[in-house]
Amino acid sequence: MATKSAVEFFNYKVVRQFSVMTVIWGIVGLLVGMLISAQLMWPALNFDIPWLTYGRLRPLHTNAIIFAFGGCALFATSYYIVQRTCQTRLFAPALAAFTFWGWNLVIVLAALSLPLGFSTGKEYAELEWPIDLLIAVVWVSYAIVFFGTLAIRRTKHIYVANWFYGAFIIAVAILHIFNSFEMPATLTKSYSAYAGVQDAMVQWWYGHNAVGFFLTAAFLGMMYYFVPKQAGRPIYSYRLSVVHFWALIFTYMWAGPHHLHYSALPDWAQTLGMLFSLILLAPSWGGMINGIMTLSGAWYKLRTDPILKFMVVALSFYGMSTFEGPMLSVKTINALSHFTDWTIGHVHSGALGWVGFITIGSMYYLLPRLYGQTKMWSMSLVNTHFWIATIGIVLYVASLWIAGVMQGLMWRAVNDDGTLTYTFVESVKYSFPFYAIRIVGGGMYFVGMLLMFYNMIKTIGAGKPAEAQVPVAASAHA
Amino acid sequence: MEALWLLIPVTVLLVAVIGGIFWWSIRSGQMDDLDGPAYRILVDDDNPKDIKSSE
Repeated sequence: MATKSAVEFFNYKVVRQFSVMTVIWGIVGLLVGMLISAQLMWPALNFDIPWLTYGRLRPLHTNAIIFAFGGCALFATSYYIVQRTCQTRLFAPALAAFTFWGWNLVIVLAALSLPLGFSTGKEYAELEWPIDLLIAVVWVSYAIVFFGTLAIRRTKHIYVANWFYGAFIIAVAILHIFNSFEMPATLTKSYSAYAGVQDAMVQWWYGHNAVGFFLTAAFLGMMYYFVPKQAGRPIYSYRLSVVHFWALIFTYMWAGPHHLHYSALPDWAQTLGMLFSLILLAPSWGGMINGIMTLSGAWYKLRTDPILKFMVVALSFYGMSTFEGPMLSVKTINALSHFTDWTIGHVHSGALGWVGFITIGSMYYLLPRLYGQTKMWSMSLVNTHFWIATIGIVLYVASLWIAGVMQGLMWRAVNDDGTLTYTFVESVKYSFPFYAIRIVGGGMYFVGMLLMFYNMIKTIGAGKPAEAQVPVAASAHA
Repeated sequence: MEALWLLIPVTVLLVAVIGGIFWWSIRSGQMDDLDGPAYRILVDDDNPKDIKSSE
């Protein structure tokens, strides 16, 4: 609380580093996704090279998008928000710098080890034990920097966005540690501490909470800061945002079993997972409405502000996928959707629409400010990015919805004598045109990301790394 | 389902911790003013005009 006479500057450097890497890893992750989606149509595209086969590149795609693109975006925005809202510099700046290099080392190691075939086989936790340990070290450092900054804050109140980020940091630490219990055999091979259905249960307890806390809670923190800032209006109901937070974290932990419907998992555990998934609809929609209603009375801003368009469409996709998710967790619906491309469509409406768009919008807000600019180099390019990516998502998601429902219906169709009407390969054959539409959609999203990269380079070129002063009034409990 | 012998205690412990933090947030006055904070982030001006460019 002591007032220092020396002028203090926010630590923007680490925010800049993570922001630039967000865009770069986004491009890499999307490119790998494009390649593997093309392999579904033309399997020859693996060129008979083991490193480029679908089974090895698919985890690289998911890791690159979730942990590289999404992770860097969360580091960047959390470091920015915690400093601005607490009116103080980052705690332990050296440790913050370490999180940048450490996290990116994790990503590079993933990009090398996954194509080489080193994998634990646990979805979204494929990385082998030495990398798991590195992740744990980086994550603990992240927690020290983040909570340390909260501890030295100059404001009494902790803004709601920080609560979401804080919950995300703690939850991911616990999930990662408990899911990664494994016995190393060699440097590149380990065996899970759990076996059979136990392993599946722990894996999806981790897996769905990773979605819940990594891809939802943390990005809600991003939303609760950047939507009001970009709209220039306070959040619709701050009270609701606090209720949203506590409701979400008290109820999220047990949705995981819905990934194991009709498996060897006991029936009651499956039903429990379904119930908790349905409960989640309430806090999710509370948050979505809170975000969108922030624009109430200022809807005209959407006509001229492409960054706000990104954010509002992100919230719309958040609303859609948090409705679709609980519906898919209902066992009777899941009987149709499970193992079909409907699931892939659902995930991408969340990933491209919600996570991707809220990140892109936030980065367009952040990047110019980090380089002393008033706005991006070209706002019309931002607008182009918005439309090309939005149409891309719609094509992507709609084609996989159709393909998924079709696959589900074909697989369960039975003749009068009890034999299956269709062979599996027939469902693959009929999916072909939808896979083509999916690649067009994904390709448009990818092109949008390239536009963003170009715009970012131009913005950085036009400016200089900015040093923002910590407001002096901060020490007087503003 | 032996896995639940691990997952349920972990969850119970976590809920206890969350409950504790919830308790602290009420007692320490985090919820005293649930309108002002929404405006306060807007008062914090992070626009570039306040930003001095330097290396």
